[in-house]
Amino acid sequence: MTDETVIAIEHVTKRFGAFVAVDDADFGIRRGEFFSMLGPSGCGKTTTLRMIAGFEQPSEGAIRLVGEDVSRVPPYKRNVNTVFQQYALFPHLSVSANVAFGLQSKKVPKADIARRVDEMLAVVRLADFGARKPAQLSGGQQQRVALARALVNYPSALLLDEPLGALDLKLRQTMQLELKRIQREVGITFVFVTHDQEEALTMSDRIAVMNEGRVEQIGTPEEIYHQPASEFVAGFIGMANLLPATMENVDGARATAVLPDGTAVSAAAVEGLTRGDPATFMIRPERMQLQVGTSEGISAEVVDLVFQGPLIRFELKTAQGCPIVAHVGPDENLPLLRPGDRVQITWDADGGRLLRRHEQMAASTAVPN
Amino acid sequence: MTAVTPTARARKVSSGTVTSKGGRAGRIGVNFAAVLGLLYLFLPIFVIVAFSFNKPSGKFNAVWEQFTFDNWMHPFADQGLVDALWLSLRISLIASLVATVLGTFMAIAAVRYRFRASGFVNFLVVLPLTTPEIVLGASLLTLFLEPHLVLANHQFALGFVTILVAHIMFCVSYVAMTVKARIRGFDWTLEDAAMDLGAPPARTFLKVTLPLILPGILAAFLLSFALSIDDFIITYFVSGPSTQTFPVQIFGQSRVATPPQINVLASMILFGSVTVMAIGSIVGARRQRRLGL
Repeated sequence: MTDETVIAIEHVTKRFGAFVAVDDADFGIRRGEFFSMLGPSGCGKTTTLRMIAGFEQPSEGAIRLVGEDVSRVPPYKRNVNTVFQQYALFPHLSVSANVAFGLQSKKVPKADIARRVDEMLAVVRLADFGARKPAQLSGGQQQRVALARALVNYPSALLLDEPLGALDLKLRQTMQLELKRIQREVGITFVFVTHDQEEALTMSDRIAVMNEGRVEQIGTPEEIYHQPASEFVAGFIGMANLLPATMENVDGARATAVLPDGTAVSAAAVEGLTRGDPATFMIRPERMQLQVGTSEGISAEVVDLVFQGPLIRFELKTAQGCPIVAHVGPDENLPLLRPGDRVQITWDADGGRLLRRHEQMAASTAVPN
Repeated sequence: MTAVTPTARARKVSSGTVTSKGGRAGRIGVNFAAVLGLLYLFLPIFVIVAFSFNKPSGKFNAVWEQFTFDNWMHPFADQGLVDALWLSLRISLIASLVATVLGTFMAIAAVRYRFRASGFVNFLVVLPLTTPEIVLGASLLTLFLEPHLVLANHQFALGFVTILVAHIMFCVSYVAMTVKARIRGFDWTLEDAAMDLGAPPARTFLKVTLPLILPGILAAFLLSFALSIDDFIITYFVSGPSTQTFPVQIFGQSRVATPPQINVLASMILFGSVTVMAIGSIVGARRQRRLGL
């Protein structure tokens, strides 16, 4: 397993003066995977990427690249390449010369350079654009030149710093698939930094969710979405209803807790949470069902409802005033509901999740993405 | 002149300063003022060129007598002038080269890196530009002649070296200021990108930074050359009795005679610099279009 790790971040802390940008990050990135670092701005994801690239040095801890400690190695001696946010293409060089730049730095024989540049331009579908200057390309094409310029060096890992941020929505979605295709084609480890959860979910094999310099959770998109490890992860990835709860009973892998209105909820047990501890019950809007005329589940009042095509978005309010968002599909057998109507909210046994309560957490929040 | 596009007219009206009726008179007034201003600027230059074709009867080329090509047929007739011009060209070339290298690195350091006392350093760079030249000249003379200030028991012989040192000194400031202004918007992540692609700092500078800031550096070099070649005040202090640059030579000669060759050589310098500037702006415009800068 250890020889599979391409990049090892070992207890890395980075301080800028008194500000802690990255706080004891400790994880590994595996060979050939599409790994994303996801979080809001200022969470330390870009700083971590810059430390891997060599533009910043860790204050504590070590970064290993294929086993070798590179913490103090300058960027031009590391076998990783970066795709920059604004691409940073050399404006005075042609597309071919941009792509050839890294190989020339490494003194690769001329004939090999020409062949590899052509190959890589073909991979990014810019075979006929070699003679152009970057200014003569569209944003998406510039993006692909930046990719080719980095990938042509066969790096141990490709680092991407919010590379889709400068593109419009449509192009961004195309490029997401394109990036994934290229990654499969070249088989190189991609380390992708983004604040866009949808982007991370679409492309990643694994995601590290970061907040305020700390890694909150690392897992596959499914794990992160369905089994968030913290309130922050639950709220940052997709939409989540977070309800305050009190731990009631822990029985092996299952635990029960009580919501403020007295409803008992059951979910997977959380390590370290025992009877009487404050907790948070998380449930996704699409995991809820609304029913009328039963006493099951949580009772709530309809505040507003919006028809959104494939689903109806309900904004609800519990008796305690907690806002809840529920998405209801078209197949649900519901009577016509209006604001002010009372409904019962139910869910499947494994639909919700218990989380450790964050100290600063307000009563309850439905966090839109 | 008469055809005003609807948008142009609309803009004028909306700016509220000139109505369409008063627009005509206003335009004529502005054009008249512009012509006057340009005349004011170019009349002396025109006189210099015109009098290079004069055939003065006495020693002074001050009164128009008769048109002739003689002066242009024998531009190097006055050996003193030719020697002085040659010296000026050499000094200006070397001084500008040295000042351009030093000033460029100072400018990059000042723009690229935030360091302690960077504000103070910027102030020091501007200082020579604001100090009166006569003060600079006098203090440089003291510096060169006082035997203990620079090297123990060493007095500089006034001449080529002292002029060169003085010119480099004031040119460095101009170069640093010019290059600084030109590289203010430079995208330094390009340097990160080059290093990321395996280029050590020297290669990064030569292959990425330098080619991109070269126009600014060339502009600074030309400015520096122009300032150096016509500097009189500072040079007069530090040139010593036997070394005469072009301006110093003309000044000295002007009390005895002003041969029309002065005008010829001055016109040559003028045409030379106009040509360089024209080439510069044509090449610059092309480059900007090509790079989309």
